[in-house]
Formats: sequence, C-alpha cells, structure tokens
Amino acid sequence: MNKFKLITKGLIKENPTFVLLLGMCPTLATTTSAINGMSMGLATLFVLVLSNMAISAIAPYVPDKVRIPAYIVVIATFVTVLEFLMKAYTPAIYETLGLFIPLIVVNCIVLGRAEAFANKNSVIDSACDGLGIGLGFTMSLTILGMVRELLGAGSFFGMKILPEQGNILVFVLAPGAFMVLGYLIVLFRKITAKKGE
Amino acid sequence: MTLCLLVICLVCSGLLAGVYALTKAPIEVASENKTTAAISKVLPSFSRVDKDLKIEVKGKGFTYYRAFDDNAALVGYAIESRSVGFGGALKVMVGITADGIIYNTSVLSQSETPGLGAKCTEAVFADQFKNVDPAQKKLAVKKDQGDFDAITASTITSRAYLKALETAVEVFQEIKAEGQPEQATAEAGQQETKVNEEE
Repeated sequence: MNKFKLITKGLIKENPTFVLLLGMCPTLATTTSAINGMSMGLATLFVLVLSNMAISAIAPYVPDKVRIPAYIVVIATFVTVLEFLMKAYTPAIYETLGLFIPLIVVNCIVLGRAEAFANKNSVIDSACDGLGIGLGFTMSLTILGMVRELLGAGSFFGMKILPEQGNILVFVLAPGAFMVLGYLIVLFRKITAKKGE
Repeated sequence: MTLCLLVICLVCSGLLAGVYALTKAPIEVASENKTTAAISKVLPSFSRVDKDLKIEVKGKGFTYYRAFDDNAALVGYAIESRSVGFGGALKVMVGITADGIIYNTSVLSQSETPGLGAKCTEAVFADQFKNVDPAQKKLAVKKDQGDFDAITASTITSRAYLKALETAVEVFQEIKAEGQPEQATAEAGQQETKVNEEE
C-alpha cells in the first residue's frame, strides 16, 4: 500500500470515529465546541504518530508476553511529554481539556493502532498510518464540535453568529453529543456508501 | 523479558526527565502569569504583591495575596476562595480592598455545565459583584432573599459562587483579626483616594 493511501484511509475508509467507532469517551466529552474538539484531535494525533513510530521500531525486540505493558509505557511517555508541553505553552487549552489529556494513554485508538498496525509495519508506514488516523480523528471531532457549538451555543469557533434565544442547550450537554454523533454517522455512511457504488 | 521492559522504562523515564527539565520554567511562568492576571483583575492598581500567604479559617487552609501601592500602603487582598458547584469545585479569586469592599472577582477554575453554570465566568453575572460592600448587601441569590441575580436555570452554581464570596469575606475578616504585620491599616485608609485616582 502506498503512503498516500495509508494517510487517506484514516480519513474516510477507516475513520476512527464514524467507521471504527473508537475513542468514544473523548469524542463525546470534549466536543462541546469546535476549538475543544480540534485541540483534542490534534493532541491525539501527536501521540498517535509518535507512539506508532516508536512502537514499530521496538516491536521486533519486545517479547510477545510483555508487549501490552511495553506499549502502554511508550504511549504514556508521549502523553506525559504532551502534557508538559501543553501546560507550558498552551495553558488555556490544557485547562479546558484537563483530564482528557492523561486519558489519551488508555485511548483505544492509540493502543488499537499499535496492536493492529504499528507492530507489523515499518516505521515510516506506521507514521503515515498514525497521521491518517489522527487526522481522521481530528476531522471528526472538529465537525462534531462545530455542529454542537452552532446548535447549542450559536457560535462558530467561538464567534457568536446566532442570537441567544435560538440556542438549543441540550446539544452542548451529554445527550446532544450522542444525538449529533448518531446523525453524523448516518450522514457519513450515506456519503461513503454512494462513493463505493 | 524483564530486561526488555527495564530498558524501555529506563529510556522512557530518561526522556520524561529531560522534557520535565525543559518545560519546568515555562510551566511556572505560565501559572504565575495566570495568577498575576487574576490578581490585577480583582484589585485596583498596585505595584507590589506578597505572594502565597496562608491562613486557616474554620479548619480550612486558604491562600491569599497582599497587594501594596507605590507608597507601600495596603491596596487590598486577593483571596483564593472555593466552594462546591454543580459539576465540582468552583475556585474564585476575590479581591477585597483594605476597607472591606469586594472590588472584583474572577473565576480561577470551574467545571460547571457548559451553556448553563459555566456562564458564571461571563460579565452579565460576574459584574454584579464589582464594588460590593458585604456589610450592606446580602451575599445570596434573590431566591434566598439575597441581593444578587442568579444565572437562569443554574441556581446551584450561582449559590456556589456567592458561597465562595462569603467564604472570602470570612477569610478577609480573619486576616484583619490577625493584624497587619508590615504596613498600618490607618495609612492604607488615607491613601485610598490616591489609589482610586490611579485606576
């Protein structure tokens, strides 16, 4: 498979949110606004690319029995690095995402890619895969955040564009996350199904 | 097997130690900037501040900051107050001038519902606590026979906010009761007009 395909398959064919339905916890919890969704996506992208690369590099030397603890240590290291960096340079974003940054350690997308792809493929291919899946995740989270923010708070990336009376609060709350996600999955399936024909 | 994990852990902890050392200073600067910004929002202009002073009120520890103007007269105190809101802890920085007036407030951290309780950071709600004399106004929402408007559909958050203010006033009184270690309060009173002009 060529590199370009590796990246694009994460966006559409194997989109982690709309197709694989992985990483639902941060997806539902952090997408109260487009900016939050995008930051969460980018944070995961960062960890995913680095951990995929590191894991594909060490995979041949790690005995099968201890591979999960070894991968978790690697992933946790990158997450902590990210946490330090965000605390230092983007404290505002760190505060809104808060708990969900450390939770990337147990994000099933990251470990899933390590198990399903990185430990069988080369470093470069794994980086492309991480980039693709990460971009797909970022894209989905941004779209989800945009829809929820627009309906729930009447704004677009923080800019107010609809009057306050028109806000449907439920979309910013947890039930709204499930509703928007459901409709987006339907929409996504419909569009991709047509393409497949 | 053990060796492999050992090597991985060693490399990882080495990497972490390195990144920690690199980001330690920027993290401190960032958190300091945040506190300084909060203090300058909640108090009139000042030139020097005593940081991280501790006091205990009713068995709970509080952190506060003491601000002085150019003439070393006391401007007021910024008190880190807290209470429990709807979604968790609500931390509010409360600025109280030397004569006991709540100058302004600023939310340090909150985990209230977005679109409802989270509105406590917005000016519509928070601005009603500017220049409030706790001796004359009752720090409670109108529903509880107080003097302040609650956020629509977020009475619990509004109550928590007012509770934090009330706690801050208690802390202020405790600080007063302990006495002023450096500058005299009388001097601060005389300087009051000057401070206001500087604003």
